[in-house]
Amino acid sequence: MKDPDRPEGPQGSEGPRGVRGVKEAKGAGAPGRRRRPVAALAPYLMVLPGWLWLAAFFITPVLVMLSLSLQTGDFIDGFRQTFHFRTYADAVGTYHVQLLRSLLYGAAATVCCLLIGYPVAYWIAFRAGRHKSVFLFLLLLPFFVSFVIRTQSWNVVLADNGVVLGPLKHLGLLPDDFHVLATAYAVIGGLTYNFLPFMVLPVYVALERVDPKLIEAATDLYAGRLAAFVRVVLPLSLPGVFAGVLLTFVPASADYVNAGILGGPSTTMIGNIIQTEYFTNLDYPGAAALSFALMGTLLIAVFVYARALGTEDVLEVTAR
Amino acid sequence: MTTPATPATAPPVPVAGQRRRKARRRPGLRLYTWLVMAWLLLPIAVMILFGFNDIKGKVNFTWQGFTLTWYEHLFAIPNLTDALVNSLTIALVVAVAATLLGTPIGLALGRYRFRGRGSVDLLLFAAIAAPEIALGAALLSLFIVLGVPRGYGTVVVAHVAFCVPYVAITVRARMAGYDPTLEEAARDLGAGPWTAFRLVTLPMLLPGVASGALLCFALSVDDYVITSFNAGRTVTFPLWVYSASRTGVPPQVNVMGTLIFLGGLLIAGANVLLARHRAV
Repeated sequence: MKDPDRPEGPQGSEGPRGVRGVKEAKGAGAPGRRRRPVAALAPYLMVLPGWLWLAAFFITPVLVMLSLSLQTGDFIDGFRQTFHFRTYADAVGTYHVQLLRSLLYGAAATVCCLLIGYPVAYWIAFRAGRHKSVFLFLLLLPFFVSFVIRTQSWNVVLADNGVVLGPLKHLGLLPDDFHVLATAYAVIGGLTYNFLPFMVLPVYVALERVDPKLIEAATDLYAGRLAAFVRVVLPLSLPGVFAGVLLTFVPASADYVNAGILGGPSTTMIGNIIQTEYFTNLDYPGAAALSFALMGTLLIAVFVYARALGTEDVLEVTAR
Repeated sequence: MTTPATPATAPPVPVAGQRRRKARRRPGLRLYTWLVMAWLLLPIAVMILFGFNDIKGKVNFTWQGFTLTWYEHLFAIPNLTDALVNSLTIALVVAVAATLLGTPIGLALGRYRFRGRGSVDLLLFAAIAAPEIALGAALLSLFIVLGVPRGYGTVVVAHVAFCVPYVAITVRARMAGYDPTLEEAARDLGAGPWTAFRLVTLPMLLPGVASGALLCFALSVDDYVITSFNAGRTVTFPLWVYSASRTGVPPQVNVMGTLIFLGGLLIAGANVLLARHRAV
């Protein structure tokens, strides 16, 4: 798990072996050893079915949504392509509060995840010893429970007269109208809770790769523990932090389950609006424009990150 | 560098101070990690516990006493049961389909260098990085424009679309340790290309394929966002729970969640044991 960082490692630099690998493709068939043109097609034949599916149900839908966002009309009379770019300005203008709120909540949750998660990742990587896998398992345990149920569980825990707030109110420690649900804290807390493992795991992977000898070397050179951390461990863990930020910020900003279950009218996020636009208001162009605005904003951020890191690294970390 | 004055005199001091500090710091960070773990696991404990809650009305917010009645009457709410059955069958179909489509991609990416490899990589990356809501909304737009009624079939199509990249990446990660000389050795010993693949590469690949399929099943059963956009009148387990969360979730949901949790643990445990067995 540790050594072969790059899948193309063994074959990457070696032309001849790559060519021979192509010859051995199962698509080439037994007698096809000398039929290079057919054999060279092997990787394409293998990629093709899945690629077609993604082309039909990922690329095409995005293009259709782009086209839909530039149509005008209504649900009854139908929509026509009019390249009405005003839709974007109108949609973003109307819902800029929710759009900004989504980015803000997403950023707040990401910062919370980093602050809460980094020490955990650090402890597991350097101090957990034999129990490393136990803690990694505990970290993954929430994924065995449905996302919606986990969020709903917080709804139970934080209920206005529930297990936590009920007794406190009964003892008079909190005013009767005190509530956590339907506030920004509940939504950001829920997002932080749900996305914490996405921060801890990549940071852990990066920290795990740090050679303890480097820290030893730093302390041998009279660095204090803090200096060794700041100058050696922290910089080496940054790729993990970047990946973690990415894996947390994007889904947290676009999430609307937490806002839907734990939030209230004042914590509506852009995801809730997009859903309402599609299903209640039936304003398809507006909804498509909003989705596109959200996706565009987030994807630009992602690709800026990916550029800085290299997509391979990000995918590697994601795959673990 | 920060302490230019000390080098000559200090050698034993930082070492000793460092050891003492380490010893003092260790329990703090350990306690902290355990607290975070407890926080992560709290909702799971709540889910399991409130499945045993002896409530009278619809509200399952406070502890009323222990009962097993919800395990007995697990299927007492017909449309909840339907939703669960929908979720499980969809997940099964999706896991099979996405594994069939995604495995060859992972294999090709891990094994060959070919023109366009980078763009396939980019496509997978984009599909995973794109926020779920965008994928859900885009698919809904497609189905609206084409006039396809939303339902069971569109949910399957949507789930397969978001699962294929995960399978491809899991299989490719498995290919990372792949040594092409092994298959060459098999060829040199007289195996045909297909036999060499079947006897050498495939067994090595299978754990990756299995984890990819399990991942798909888990992602599909759990998905709310993309499903909610493309389900039409079809209701899946997460959709049912979400809509019930406004009025009060019946304890049967907790019981089903608990059983899915235990089932998941069993499968994961079996997978780990199998992997260990194979490694030995």
